[in-house]
Amino acid sequence: MPAVSKGDGMRGLAVFISDIRNCKSKEAEIKRINKELANIRSKFKGDKALDGYSKKKYVCKLLFIFLLGHDIDFGHMEAVNLLSSNKYTEKQIGYLFISVLVNSNSELIRLINNAIKNDLSSRNPTFMCLALHCIANVGSREMAEAFAGEIPRILVAGDTMDSVKQSAALCLLRLYKTSPDLVLMGEWTSRVVHLLNDQHMGVVTAAISLITCLSQKNPDEFKTCVSLAVSRLSRIVSSASTDLQDYTYYFVPAPWLSCKLLRLLQCYPPPEDGAVKGRLVECLETILNKAQEPPKSKKVQHSNAKNAILFEAISLIIHYDSEPNLLVRACNQLGQFLQHRETNLRYLALESMCTLASSEFSHEAVKTHIETVINALKTERDVSVRQRAADLLYAMCDRSNAKQIVAEMLSYLETADYSIREEMVLKVAILAEKYAVDYSWYVDTILNLIRIAGDYVSEEVWYRVIQIVINRDDVQGYAAKTVFEALQAPACHENMVKVGGYILGEFGNLIAGDPRSSPLVQFNLLHSKFHLCSVPTRALLLSAYIKFINLFPETKSTIQEVLRSDSQIRNSDVELQQRAVEYLKLSSIASTDVLATVLEEMPPFPERESSILAKLKKKKGPGAVSNHLLKTRKACLTDIKGISTPSPSADLLGLRAGPPVTAAAPSAGSLLVDVFSEAGVNDDGFLRFVCKNNGVLFENQLLQIGIKSEYRQNLGRMYLFYGNKTSVQFVTFTTTLNVQAKPVEPLIEGGAQVQQVINIECLTDFSDAPLLNIKFRYGGALQNLTLKLPVTINKFFQPTEMASHDFFQRWKQLSLPQQEAQKIFKANHAMDTEVLKAKLLGLGMALLENVDPNPENFVCAGVIQTKAQQVGSLLRLEPNAQAQMYRLTVRSSKDTVSKRLCELLAEQF
Amino acid sequence: MQFMLLFSRQGKLRLQKWYVPLSDKEKKKITRELVQTVLARKPKMCSFLEWRDLKIVYKRYASLYFCCAIEDQDNELITLEIIHRYVELLDKYFGSVCELDIIFNFEKAYFILDEFLLGGEAQETSKKNVLKAIEQADLLQENFSSQSPHNCLSTP
Repeated sequence: MPAVSKGDGMRGLAVFISDIRNCKSKEAEIKRINKELANIRSKFKGDKALDGYSKKKYVCKLLFIFLLGHDIDFGHMEAVNLLSSNKYTEKQIGYLFISVLVNSNSELIRLINNAIKNDLSSRNPTFMCLALHCIANVGSREMAEAFAGEIPRILVAGDTMDSVKQSAALCLLRLYKTSPDLVLMGEWTSRVVHLLNDQHMGVVTAAISLITCLSQKNPDEFKTCVSLAVSRLSRIVSSASTDLQDYTYYFVPAPWLSCKLLRLLQCYPPPEDGAVKGRLVECLETILNKAQEPPKSKKVQHSNAKNAILFEAISLIIHYDSEPNLLVRACNQLGQFLQHRETNLRYLALESMCTLASSEFSHEAVKTHIETVINALKTERDVSVRQRAADLLYAMCDRSNAKQIVAEMLSYLETADYSIREEMVLKVAILAEKYAVDYSWYVDTILNLIRIAGDYVSEEVWYRVIQIVINRDDVQGYAAKTVFEALQAPACHENMVKVGGYILGEFGNLIAGDPRSSPLVQFNLLHSKFHLCSVPTRALLLSAYIKFINLFPETKSTIQEVLRSDSQIRNSDVELQQRAVEYLKLSSIASTDVLATVLEEMPPFPERESSILAKLKKKKGPGAVSNHLLKTRKACLTDIKGISTPSPSADLLGLRAGPPVTAAAPSAGSLLVDVFSEAGVNDDGFLRFVCKNNGVLFENQLLQIGIKSEYRQNLGRMYLFYGNKTSVQFVTFTTTLNVQAKPVEPLIEGGAQVQQVINIECLTDFSDAPLLNIKFRYGGALQNLTLKLPVTINKFFQPTEMASHDFFQRWKQLSLPQQEAQKIFKANHAMDTEVLKAKLLGLGMALLENVDPNPENFVCAGVIQTKAQQVGSLLRLEPNAQAQMYRLTVRSSKDTVSKRLCELLAEQF
Repeated sequence: MQFMLLFSRQGKLRLQKWYVPLSDKEKKKITRELVQTVLARKPKMCSFLEWRDLKIVYKRYASLYFCCAIEDQDNELITLEIIHRYVELLDKYFGSVCELDIIFNFEKAYFILDEFLLGGEAQETSKKNVLKAIEQADLLQENFSSQSPHNCLSTP
């Protein structure tokens, strides 16, 4: 190998570098650099033309100065001149300078591109490579425009040298990443894919990166690469370690290429062709087998290269998620790594197992390692490894091990690194909620969380515990008792005071029988924390006090005294002062009845997705988390969706004046905007329209959508009114319906309303409502909303009057089992006869009087008009006031109609 | 791979290679942050860490840290071996490479890297082939120190 101090060595450069290294201080260094810059500048500006060598030397010095971290604002032109030098080293330094220091000075780019163009067409492979390297290093759009058409030609041309092909492939990849619109493979596709078969391993190694990237974007066009990749992989995996000569790395044949092949296969589902699939499974098995063989070398490079392939193979197995045998083997292999002496392997095993935990085939196998993982959480010395262990525990948690895992995570939290505490808190809160069998355990867990890591308990977490306590009456007494006890600690976290204030304000009465927690004791306990708290907490406590006055009249005078004190009624904070004044007045002028109504116990929160879950997702949004983890998290998160989840509003007592926060409205900037749910369908308003035709379908802080509709026979017309509630205009407002609709005005001024008309024709009976997608920009943010349009089959009813005799005769005629649909359900609303009648009339059928022998029952008849046919339907609703239940029976000439009507109506009463 | 940084135990940056477009300001910020983070880690700790939405793979060779930022789906272990192969290449070229070689011949360090990795992906993993390419270039510069290749080819 040539020694370093070769003839080309630039002495001046070496001297300069030595000088810089000898500088004792930053100041001295800067002084030396400024001297050099002045020198170079004068040389460049001098009258005497510089020879190539000097130019090269000075450009190289500038480059060095730049790499030291100083700004360079000249020398670009000289570097560009070097590009067209005939001397290789000068050209090379010119290219290096451009690669490192390029800016989008259009004048220069043109010159640079010119030089590149010359080198690309020079047919000199070394020059071509230099030019390609430069394009790959800079990768600017201008370069893509100039060369994206030329490079594919170079890549597939038969007479291109291997080394040039390699550079061309990766150069194209870089251009594709920056300007995918300019890189069009088109006619080249199949020849590029066939580079996988190239004899030269280096060409395959370079080309496969390009193919993988292109496959991700255009899987269909590149799908022939799957079988080629499998056969290439199979040849490598089955080759002896010496077969591939210099492509064998520490006894491992072509580790880089193997990893890239396995990675490419992860862009596709398992091969459909049985033979290809069999061959691939064989490869994967061989890779797993090799992991068990004794190492061929003690060097870490050997084991790293081998395991790199193994982990990539496991990723592929997980990606396929269809071979239980391989999944379990992968899991066992990772299990071995969990206790490996190499920290790196333990880390990767924990990470990889996280994704295995979400596969139904391997979830149980992963769970068997729980003790090892808990141990890792406790004993690993590296926080990044502990973080992986915590992630894995979260991923492997289910009902069977939740108590253990939550307990371990709680105890870890006491010593956990600050950087990961908030996320840990969210995870504990989610697991506790998701797997709570008895809610007292849940309450205990959350209060523990607040005790241990109060500072990291975000609002969502304590909102959530309150929502759950309010919605579950079996836990309210326990919660009151526990929170009361927790508040007795001399120092307790403000979040505890918030939860305490809220819960005692609602449910303090449940523990007031015990003299140790009598109303006054409760009040004094809360009030002892008051002066230590921030304004929002104080405001919450004031609300709790007024609730106390209602719950416990005996505390009225004490509390009124507190409210009347100067520190409350003259508080400098407007909110606190207002509450004190209003609550004081309310307590003194309102009668007990009025007070009881105003301060009634909070109604259950509407059910929706857990707000803490949304928070975790948001925290770990797509940009902030690895896909692996996200996959696991998503997998874990999807099944939690079933859990009831009320929305927290800023003021839990809801006493505060102001615009009501609509539960389901994702509002701009609200913490509750769920990053994943944007595509979800909002059907909250939908069911309200089964028995009526006009009203507000949707409302949030930005937008209100009103509906007016009318139906005749099988035709209908719906007017949609989009109201902008803000003072800012919505732009690019579009709505798309999965059926045809007239376009709507693309712009809604602040405060204005636009209207859209939809004509509806019912062709045949249906169950799914049309979906309306609304998109618009408010401020800069794109808002996206999908609603179910309240078009239901019953809208096309024609009422049919008939006598008792006729009714029962027809009823008997519709006696096939599938013609009848029946539901028994609990009353959601008061069982008021007049209201029921109104709803049934709204349904569109004729309400038949004096037909049913039981006067409590309702019967209706109607015919649904569709273009295809008419469907006669009869309905009977039997209320049971004592049990607060209904039985609903629908018979129709068409089974799907009975079923759909029954579903729709069961939600109405 | 998104970028590769070489820095000394004292935190001095010796080589930087960026495979994604970033402003100079951003590059400096990232470098500062990563140098600090990596230097703060203890010897036995694992070579991987999560950083922003990337994975950092690093390894120390004598007084130099080699640090790569890879994307989520990239393979950590094979990246570790990319670092090792690069060290081997430098070692072979310079003959027992040390930090000083890289300081004084930084341009060579860049040239070798470009032959090995391009656009953040392995271009040629054979040690022989990479060194052959560099050797050829060195030969070119010796041959053409007085005459340019074009002159050779174009003059009859």
